[in-house]
Amino acid sequence: MKNMQTATWPKVKTAGFDGFLISFGDQLNEPANRAALAFRDALERAGLAAVQETSTSLVSTYLRFDPLAFDHEAMRGELTALLAERNWFDADLPKGRKLWRVPTVYEGDFAPQLDEAAQAAGLTTAEAIASISTSRVRVQTIGFAPGMPYLGALPEVWNIPRQTALNAQTPAGGLCVAIRQLVLFPVATPTGWRHIGQTAFRLFRPETDAPFALRPGDEVVFEQTTPEAFAKMQNDPDGGAVSEVIA
Amino acid sequence: MNRTLTVLRAGPAMSVQDQGRAGYLAFGLSRSGAVDGLALLEGAALLGQDPRLAALEMGGMGGEFAVSETTRVALTGAPMRASIDGVNIQWNASHLLEAGQRLSIGAATSGSYGYLHLGGGINGAEVLGAQSAHLAAGIGKMLGDGDTVSIGPDTQTLTGQKIAAEPRFDGGTVRIVPSLQTEFFARSEIARFEATSFKRDTRGNRMGVRIIPDGDGFKTEAGLSVLSEVIVPGDVQVTGDGTPFVLLSECQTTGGYPRIGSVLPMDLPCVAQARAGATLQFQFVTLQEAVALERREAVRRKTLRGSVQPMIRNPHDIADLLSYQLISGATAGDDLERDIS
Repeated sequence: MKNMQTATWPKVKTAGFDGFLISFGDQLNEPANRAALAFRDALERAGLAAVQETSTSLVSTYLRFDPLAFDHEAMRGELTALLAERNWFDADLPKGRKLWRVPTVYEGDFAPQLDEAAQAAGLTTAEAIASISTSRVRVQTIGFAPGMPYLGALPEVWNIPRQTALNAQTPAGGLCVAIRQLVLFPVATPTGWRHIGQTAFRLFRPETDAPFALRPGDEVVFEQTTPEAFAKMQNDPDGGAVSEVIA
Repeated sequence: MNRTLTVLRAGPAMSVQDQGRAGYLAFGLSRSGAVDGLALLEGAALLGQDPRLAALEMGGMGGEFAVSETTRVALTGAPMRASIDGVNIQWNASHLLEAGQRLSIGAATSGSYGYLHLGGGINGAEVLGAQSAHLAAGIGKMLGDGDTVSIGPDTQTLTGQKIAAEPRFDGGTVRIVPSLQTEFFARSEIARFEATSFKRDTRGNRMGVRIIPDGDGFKTEAGLSVLSEVIVPGDVQVTGDGTPFVLLSECQTTGGYPRIGSVLPMDLPCVAQARAGATLQFQFVTLQEAVALERREAVRRKTLRGSVQPMIRNPHDIADLLSYQLISGATAGDDLERDIS
């Protein structure tokens, strides 16, 4: 069974010279995602002196430590002991999670690959907009670029592959889709994901006290708005988005 | 008054760099910082100051600079032709730059990234705890003609010092440890990777460098179905066509291509400094061997200051050589006779 601690999962591996990766699966599933978030939280609370930094990916927890102060085998022992404390796959999601409603334009130059993505999903463009704009998706991880969320899971029809060629430049705030996930870009970037909508939501605000807008576990609905309304949201760092605490 | 350095003419890839900002991996922000971290330590040793102070990183070539008040400077990293008011000065050394003088730093003669350190360090605004530009994340910027940076207070006066830099500017063999996805590669592919000579491609920046094998690309057994996973500087990522990339300080924080291994932190400056066309080879070591190597290097780096020595000036570099009184005690030639008398 995928959702239980087994002889196979979790796996503890070294990552580079000074890191470990604790993986709870080799494909994305919700229990493994929750396990990775909960284990990172436990690792932070354990406060091991040699640990310098922790993070999560979709189904793994990463830690960086000082191997000159604490050797790899000793660190592996600490991690194995902490893993044995509970079944991480039935852990709760993080506390203090928010629900964000982010206005999104799904037409014209704001959504240059929407038609193509809808076709790949076997939907009309109108059906695609209805599906995406009403799906409540969760931040599964933040990564790749600063503050950049991977969100899911979308309905099964959205299990469409990434493109083999890259888009030259998708703008900051661009909403893109592939493999039942949405990504939202903090900075303009080349990507293999299809650009299906545009927001004015600033994910990374390095000049402020709260530089990262989203956290893993937060939920988001990309509600449809018009280009006219969108134009007025450009100067608002939240791009017209509103949030409420849900847990 | 606040001392400043003015960039009169900027090379193509000049930015403020320190040791980077740790602690934001969970938010998708990599550490950044100087791609040749050793050069920061060498500069700090030359000026006798804190290695956490920020310096100017200069990719490919330097530029022209002036200071508002007399400032100690040091030059490290990729050797570049440098002069003050037309008089050649040594690389891997410290010098005094007076207000009104012009410091010119030309193209690298080997390696890729040179560093200009200032006595007191660069005293710019910190973003998330560091001054390092992170261009991919939109933090800081490339410096251009006319830009100025503020210089921190300097309590010291010593200049004219030199340091023997660790050779790392012409490629070579770098050590690599197995990492979380090494097992995706067959043993035969790993052996071939170790036996292969790579040329550093023209494609490369602070995020990473592409290296071209002298034979076929490298195949994985995992294919393209690997889940995106944590990536760190030093990781050797093998892209879809089998060509590896070595990731550097400004890399992304997750990657979807499999990693064959990870370069030891102490050897990463050699990869960062290799210029297009330089030859690189990789040698796997165990984690235990890596720890022993890094431990020895950590001790060496802690004692870098002890290897700083006074510079002996080369007569070729002294522009006004003829004005010096080079032969002292010249006489009419009758001293002995006079002494006797």
